[in-house]
Amino acid sequence: MAESKYVKSKIFFEEEFEEKLAEVPTDPKGPWPANDNLKIIGKPVSRIDGYDKVSGTAVYTFDINLPRMAQARILRSAVPHAKIKKIDTGKAESLPGVLGILSSNNAQEIKWFNTSSLFDTHLRYQGDEIACVVAESEAIALKALKLIKIEFDELPFTVDAKEAMGEKAPKIYDEGNIQGGKPFEYARGDVDKAFQEADAIVEDTFDTQVAIHNPTEVHCSVVNWDGDDLTVWDSTQAIYGVRDTVADALKMPASKVRIIKKYMGGGFGSKLECGKYTVMAALLARKIGRPVRIVVDRKEMNLAVGNRPNSVQKLKLAASKDGTLTAISHYSYGAIGGYEGGAGCSWPARQMYKCDNVKVEEYSVFTNTGPTRPFRAPGYPQGIFALDSAIDMLAEKIRMNPLEFRMKNNAEKHPMWNAPFTSKLLKEAYEQGAKAIGWDKRNNQPGADKGPVKKGMGMASQIWWGGGGPPSHAVLKLNRDGSARVIAGTQDLGTGTYTFMAQIVHEVLDIPMDKIEVILGDTAVGPYCPSSGGSTTAPSVSPAVRDAAENMKIKLLEAAAAQLESEKKNLVYVNGLISDTSNPEKKIDIPGLMGKMGEQTITTTGSREANPEGYITQTFGAQFAKVEVDTLTGKIKVNKIVAAHDIGRVLNRKTLDNQFHGGIMQGLSYALMEEQIVDINTGKVVNTNLHDYKIPIIADIPEIEVIIVSEADPMNSNTGVKGCGEPAIIPTAAAIANAVYNAIGVRIKSLPMTPDKVLMALNQA
Amino acid sequence: MSPKDISRRKFIKNLGGGVVGAGVAIQTLSAKTRKESKPPSKSDSAVALTFTVNKKPITLLVEPESTLADVLRNDLKLTGTKVVCNHGECGACTVLLDGRAVYSCHMLALDAQGKSVTTIEGLMDGEKLHPVQEAFVEHDGLQCGFCTPGQVMAAEAILIKNPKPGKEEIIEGMSGNLCRCAAYPNILKSAVAAAEKLNKS
Ligand code: FES
Ligand code: FES
Repeated sequence: MAESKYVKSKIFFEEEFEEKLAEVPTDPKGPWPANDNLKIIGKPVSRIDGYDKVSGTAVYTFDINLPRMAQARILRSAVPHAKIKKIDTGKAESLPGVLGILSSNNAQEIKWFNTSSLFDTHLRYQGDEIACVVAESEAIALKALKLIKIEFDELPFTVDAKEAMGEKAPKIYDEGNIQGGKPFEYARGDVDKAFQEADAIVEDTFDTQVAIHNPTEVHCSVVNWDGDDLTVWDSTQAIYGVRDTVADALKMPASKVRIIKKYMGGGFGSKLECGKYTVMAALLARKIGRPVRIVVDRKEMNLAVGNRPNSVQKLKLAASKDGTLTAISHYSYGAIGGYEGGAGCSWPARQMYKCDNVKVEEYSVFTNTGPTRPFRAPGYPQGIFALDSAIDMLAEKIRMNPLEFRMKNNAEKHPMWNAPFTSKLLKEAYEQGAKAIGWDKRNNQPGADKGPVKKGMGMASQIWWGGGGPPSHAVLKLNRDGSARVIAGTQDLGTGTYTFMAQIVHEVLDIPMDKIEVILGDTAVGPYCPSSGGSTTAPSVSPAVRDAAENMKIKLLEAAAAQLESEKKNLVYVNGLISDTSNPEKKIDIPGLMGKMGEQTITTTGSREANPEGYITQTFGAQFAKVEVDTLTGKIKVNKIVAAHDIGRVLNRKTLDNQFHGGIMQGLSYALMEEQIVDINTGKVVNTNLHDYKIPIIADIPEIEVIIVSEADPMNSNTGVKGCGEPAIIPTAAAIANAVYNAIGVRIKSLPMTPDKVLMALNQA
Repeated sequence: MSPKDISRRKFIKNLGGGVVGAGVAIQTLSAKTRKESKPPSKSDSAVALTFTVNKKPITLLVEPESTLADVLRNDLKLTGTKVVCNHGECGACTVLLDGRAVYSCHMLALDAQGKSVTTIEGLMDGEKLHPVQEAFVEHDGLQCGFCTPGQVMAAEAILIKNPKPGKEEIIEGMSGNLCRCAAYPNILKSAVAAAEKLNKS
């Protein structure tokens, strides 16, 4: 039987490497053949959860309704910076239907962030939590919120990162507004010398906006106590992460907290960590002895549950005449809001291209604005926007085709650690993408089109992690009727986890898809899997599922050998039937075999292997954009995007295409539309709804072509899968920006590229 | 007596003192249930609403300020209808009102008085999916699925109006339905395929 061992394995998650001691299989299953030789892997398979979702029967956390359930809502700061003097809840408490109120008046001190608490009397942004009301209905809870009287001293505020870095800015923390007291720094080679010796240098400043995740299902939890056991339904990307935070906050053993999340209405990173609301609901539920549902509304979604921070990036790049990129200097800062976060965006500068001399200095700055949270490839869309804009500028300066320039500076080994990659097909992505878009037809002279509407073509590169890793486990149960149930403590955000898990079981054991049930999103049931971020779900979970399924096959063959009195090596497993190649009489099917065994179910487990020592696994790609710009109105229209990527093996072509569509559309939206706007005079957010916070509609879709240049990454895992959710969004904005320059001959260095910026740039040119 | 004539007092009298909290057909309430189902959340201002939901006639008491989405989700437990913005900005709550698409979060429940409402649950034929729903599965017109009931209802509303809509008409008709997962290319494919399918059958 399969055994396991323990290894220390490095895995890259969101923004850093983590080393984990992980249980991994001792008998790693070999790689699969190419998808052409597989039955269902890589094929366009309809989602197994599609029925639930289109029929309205899918129950999301938002929809859960327990008997005697009460409703909770949160009172939040209306001002960007204040100190609470007094909270008077008397009137609110006497409102009929109000069941309980929690605030700094009566809540136990629960630590939150490094230096704050669940109910902090120092309010650091518009949206900071003040009190939480539980009532018979949401309407009553909302009425009660209005009856709570707050006396507070307004403090001077700062909502701009640059201002906040200055000496005179109001201090949000005594130690100052720069997180950690100093910038993050990185250097390799000798940048100054490289600039002195350069044939060509470009230097410019780029800025990007604050973007809000705005998943359609608002952040919400339903909590229920049963004695000392707490069950939490939560719309989360991290069931185990939420479990640990809730248990810590309430000072109870993690095993007493169960987190359930079956379906969720998107996350994009904002639901990667536990929210205060979940803990507040648990405290209130305990107090009133009833289940509690807590939701935030769309306005709170736009204020208080995370954002992609803004960035100001000063870039300086150098090249020699032959097209060698010789130096990159990246200086940046961004606002992280009132609490710890990260505004770094220098990863692309450090590792996208081969470049011997690199220097990075980046500041994450506290401001009186909403908190940051990882947002689909944190730091990358903004970093690539600046870097690949500057790369195009540099290529133009040395009169080189920007595609050729990128090809020439492709890094064969990881530029920071000089380590080999498990696989890297970036050149193939460049070539196939260029062919699909018709790169040879690109304007040689930017802005050369006659007439007011000008067309252009541009491209940009993508790099990201996405290799996943251990620990990650799956349990497979085979039933005597030939059906199976596969269980893992992972999450499906709408990405297709349910479906690929079933596909893998089908691939290995030939069990019909409709006889495979997938259970995930429950800490009480599933074995541990990591949280769903960093494009790691498929690369971490799929090998564990395959391991479990292969182990099941091994088990069945062993049982059959004993039953049929055959030699194991003579037995073959085809379509659920085990037969002896040396004696056609000897055969047995799963129900028959299990009957002999006297078992109703047989169970196996599977685990993700360790990542290969000394190698780096990353995803790569390139996107190409065709745009037209109306120089009279300043409006940019994207006509086509070609996305060519190396993401390892495709598990399901249908859901993969959809992931890419979504990422590209979010990238397009980031390039052209969405932006949180804060009024610097009041420190308040101006656009907190889906009308004013602009995201694309169905009419905004360009033609999209998705090309996967990779077959598989067999060194990385037994399925050879790399993640694709984040790669999809990374290069889109940069490709569009470069296409806009190619169209009008004027560079827009600020996102989103709204018509006013385009017109202004044209006027100044 | 038309539904409008029912005063709250009479309504309660008819029930024998009980109040309907969960959209249960009035006749089926037993004396025992009535005593226990006295919902504390209905105020004195609650008003009777009689309308048809998914072909079933229903009468219940609603707060005058309740939206149609509130009543569908909270009282009738038809949680297939989603609320995303609650302000008429996204289309997630789209249902059919006398065959026309409306944002149920953006109208008062009482404005559905005497009318016929179809929700995503009402499109089904028992366990069987409606052709529009089938098309969304087949063409993967969804990711997280939270906007999906609204998208399906919007597509259905277009097809009711014009069984042979062009692509442009579909795009226009579905422009009021946001999808943050941005599954738009497949949503469009699904709606186009649904139109073709309905025309064939
Ligand atoms: S929820 Fe009704 S339009 Fe958004
Ligand atoms: S499928 Fe997620 S919002 Fe549309």
